[in-house]
Amino acid sequence: MTAECANRTDQPAIRLEGIRMVRSGTLVLDDFNLDIPAGKVTAIMGPSGSGKTTVLKLITGQLQPDQGRVLVGNVDIGQLSKPELNRVRRHIGVLLQNGALLTDLTCFDNVALPLREHTRLPEPLIRKLVLLKLQAVGLRGVAEFYPAQLSGGMARRVATARALALDPDLMLYDEPFAGLDPISLAAGGRMISQINRVVGITSLVITHDVAEVSKFADYACIIASGKVVACGVPDQLRQQDNAVVRQFLQGLPDGPVPFHYPAPALDEDFLGAERAR
Amino acid sequence: MSALPDRVVAGGAVRSLGRAVVFLFVAITRMRCTGFHVGETMRQVYYIGVRSLVIIMTGGLFVGLVLTLQTYDTLNRFGAGDAVSTVLALALFKELGPVLTAILFAGRAGTAIAAEIGLMKATEQLDALDLMAIDPMERIVQPRLLAAIIAVPLLTLIFNLMAILGGVLFGIVLMGIDSNVFWGNMQNSVGLYEDFASGILKSAFFGLIAGWMAVYYGWHCRPTGEGVALATTQTVIATAIAVLLLDFVLSALMM
Repeated sequence: MTAECANRTDQPAIRLEGIRMVRSGTLVLDDFNLDIPAGKVTAIMGPSGSGKTTVLKLITGQLQPDQGRVLVGNVDIGQLSKPELNRVRRHIGVLLQNGALLTDLTCFDNVALPLREHTRLPEPLIRKLVLLKLQAVGLRGVAEFYPAQLSGGMARRVATARALALDPDLMLYDEPFAGLDPISLAAGGRMISQINRVVGITSLVITHDVAEVSKFADYACIIASGKVVACGVPDQLRQQDNAVVRQFLQGLPDGPVPFHYPAPALDEDFLGAERAR
Repeated sequence: MSALPDRVVAGGAVRSLGRAVVFLFVAITRMRCTGFHVGETMRQVYYIGVRSLVIIMTGGLFVGLVLTLQTYDTLNRFGAGDAVSTVLALALFKELGPVLTAILFAGRAGTAIAAEIGLMKATEQLDALDLMAIDPMERIVQPRLLAAIIAVPLLTLIFNLMAILGGVLFGIVLMGIDSNVFWGNMQNSVGLYEDFASGILKSAFFGLIAGWMAVYYGWHCRPTGEGVALATTQTVIATAIAVLLLDFVLSALMM
């Protein structure tokens, strides 16, 4: 089954087909199918360790699936040589979890980095573009700051500006809201949806933030145990009669996703040593 | 915990050496020469060179002092105290200068490079570059590797200079050796190419070793605090061993 977030007749921006992925001996994704519609904001949610970041790394070509294929547009990412992959990556903006700004460069130089590397634009034009990108994330005022002088949320916004520098067709956000205060969180969600609408790109957001998703995402998918368990318009997900979806959306401690990591029986662990004496 | 069998340890060392050689090969084949790369290499030469100046100058001065002290004492027993400047200059230019500079450089700048690259890995900066279609090998590794090859010979020159100054302080100022004899003996016995230049050439190889080990261990470290700490330690140990081994080989070849 292919989980669909949009009408199947639409050409998806990203398609993951029959993905199987084993990392460090653990099955992370198994028969994983997902279509990400073009021009929309899609959120991928799921419990920790469910394989969300692995999905992102498959799309960027950082990881290769053991089985299946990842199509970005019509291109099979797994079949590309390194130079071909780099050409595709120029059209993909990625915001990593902590922003990953280069600490020895100012915010201005961080945002200018992809422009200087991949274009031959004159420096005065690069300056204008960088300031526009920083203005879009509300941080033109920190252009000359170093990343160490910024809060975590600000660093992520500067990193968003850097990811947008080359006007990508696709933006991937890896947990952009982790550790943000409520104001930054709401602003971050608004920013993602505004950027998507204004620039007309496709966005994929990996997040845990159930409450925020319905405000900025057009579609949401929940993945658990290496599969897509639900996909659709965020508000409709709440109507789903799936135990995993209900547990995740309502934050219930008991359900199909266990709170406890598998361990020996309690009496064996606590009393076993005493019995052995 | 039982110790690992010898063949496992040896196998690990051979694998590690193989990986390091492949890493150096890849780094060299991906080298580019643009305005940015030249500028960044010069910036790194400045950073790692200046970072190492204090330890190199202090080390050089005291090596010169103690070498002159010991040599003068020994030679004086045979009534040849005046030849101290010859022994000092030859020992310094041919062996001590290049070797000690490389080892001190590894301790000061090599560890800094390994830790910097290790932390860039831990904070996903290398991944971020890769995702922006910017080759981190070309942008991060290349300038630091080249900078070490340029900086170590320059630092060796400074080390030698300071050590000779130490020799002058002890020999001429404290022991009262005639300055004409001191400098004259040195000039007569030290060849510019076979003694002085060969030592500087050797130090360029040591710079390659020091830079290579630093970028290799930084690049391959586990992205944790412990991993970065281990990478810095391994950088110093590997550089010291490789420099001492290579020193013998190069000395034999240059004889």
